[in-house]
Amino acid sequence: MSLEPTFDAAPVREDGFWNGRAMRRFRRHKLAVFGAIVIVLMTLACAVGPLLLPYSDTFIDIRQRFAPPFGGPHILGTDPLGRDILARLLMAGRISLAVGFCAMVISMGIGIMVGLAAGFYEGVIGAALMRFVDAMLCFPSIFLLLAISALIQPSVPSIVLLIAMTSWMEVARVVEAQIRSLRTREFAQAAVAMGSSNLRIMLRELLPNAIAPIVVAATLNVAHAILAESYISFLGYGIQPPTPSWGNMLENAQSYLTSAPWLAIIPGAAITLAVTSFNFIGDGLRDALDPRMDMP
Amino acid sequence: MSSFLLQRLMQALLLLLIVSMIGFAILHLAPGGPMSQFAAGGDMSQEDLDRIAEQLGLNRALPVQYAEWLWRMLSGDWGVSYRDQQPVLHIIAGHLGPTLELMLTSTLLAMFIGAWIGIFGAVNRYSLFDGIATIGTMIALSIPTFWFGLVVIYVFSVGLGWLPSGNRFTIGDGSFLNRLHHLIGPCVVLALVSTAVWSRYMRSSMLDVINQDFVRTARAKGVPERRILMTHVLRNALLPMITITGLHVPSLLSGALVTETVFTWPGMGRLFLDSISYRDYPVVMGILMFTAVMVLLGSLLADLLYGVADPRISGSR
Repeated sequence: MSLEPTFDAAPVREDGFWNGRAMRRFRRHKLAVFGAIVIVLMTLACAVGPLLLPYSDTFIDIRQRFAPPFGGPHILGTDPLGRDILARLLMAGRISLAVGFCAMVISMGIGIMVGLAAGFYEGVIGAALMRFVDAMLCFPSIFLLLAISALIQPSVPSIVLLIAMTSWMEVARVVEAQIRSLRTREFAQAAVAMGSSNLRIMLRELLPNAIAPIVVAATLNVAHAILAESYISFLGYGIQPPTPSWGNMLENAQSYLTSAPWLAIIPGAAITLAVTSFNFIGDGLRDALDPRMDMP
Repeated sequence: MSSFLLQRLMQALLLLLIVSMIGFAILHLAPGGPMSQFAAGGDMSQEDLDRIAEQLGLNRALPVQYAEWLWRMLSGDWGVSYRDQQPVLHIIAGHLGPTLELMLTSTLLAMFIGAWIGIFGAVNRYSLFDGIATIGTMIALSIPTFWFGLVVIYVFSVGLGWLPSGNRFTIGDGSFLNRLHHLIGPCVVLALVSTAVWSRYMRSSMLDVINQDFVRTARAKGVPERRILMTHVLRNALLPMITITGLHVPSLLSGALVTETVFTWPGMGRLFLDSISYRDYPVVMGILMFTAVMVLLGSLLADLLYGVADPRISGSR
């Protein structure tokens, strides 16, 4: 440090989490910062909000049905059963965000394992795994999700598993490509020469060096999982009422489009806001962690 | 060319085989499986169920069932619907037209608008338009298609009364103009995501080409900027878009299912949903396989077209 030439201006600190190079690049990406703030606020609102509201998300008040938003005690109005929409929106946010996050964790787990194995064991194992990935990607995701969800008993954990099982393939591709190029590098060959076990090389040498694209993929994966949940819940095969989710709040909204459009507008706006925010964060992370990549 | 074509075909066939195994395994190993439609009623005894299983050949070893099923699929016998005893292929064929109509028109729309946005954004990089387009495409990729459909119906059908709120044509009408009128809503809704994808890739593809040496050479020679863009850059930048279009088939199909549901469009997606709610296993299985084949064909076709459009590819691989 002391050997570096000194400048008049205060030197830019390159250490720590907040001032690290990646963090500074991320903070310059205004949309990503916006996305991060939105997600933090949304999470807080969904976690704390229901405790502060005078209404519960399942309290049915048939006299108050179809109350429009911004005109009365129910801030965002009520649904066809007279339940408070804000309360339902926040409880649904808990479910939808949790489903998105849990599905991401599981699908990243599967994707990383498959990608690691396929990238490390080139030849028959790698080829077989990647052909399996290619084949899974041939099924349009909604068709696959619906076909399986119709056959199982839908519940929150099973929906999480289902979404994870149909969204790990892109991750596997990303990880496989990374590992395949990393494994020919000197540090990996040095580890082989030193007699490290395969598992150790994979987990301690290769994986940490592939972490940047994995983090980006994880962020985009949350966005994808939230969308997937909303699609299948909207179609009636996801989270089942009375448990609210952003998707199933929209399930019957189309029938009331003329008389009560807020039933459709409000939950959809919440989904769009959350998914856009995660996508912005993913974009910002991509720029921050690897400035050379500019393809979507 | 022919060796490339052959190799690509072999790959596609291998993939198709794996796809068929996965599809078969998913529906057979899921709890309930193909018998769930009968068991769900609850009015059949175990003996009845066993007899049905035997009659349908569902009590044999899975590999045997798979081999027989695959053979029947290949010979064009995709089974009959539990619902109305119609052959599955026949039912799918009857619903394919509306879906293709929707997919093709929305792809064309997305190509024109998306390419235009991408080109304009790349040429005027970091301009106000580019900034808005970048944010706009990101939002377009994040909007749930069904919700966008509801908003379009609310604004243009319920509010303004410009568009019909669903169906493929008015019963008793069915003229070309009437069909076109009904097509506008679902077509625009389905095109949203594709437009975003197109403009994103078009922009980065243009930027890739703009920075290449032959473009600089053309500029140095004094070729007018407009001609550089139209002939040198655009032609080369459009090449990768063939691949993008081919790879976009799965999400286009998924989008079509949702769009068809919202706009009560009588296509394959609606058929799939109806079949699922009825647990019409042969039709569900048939459509699942059919869409996978469409996806495979899409990427195969894109590869072949790319080989034709860009002679550098076919020789070397």
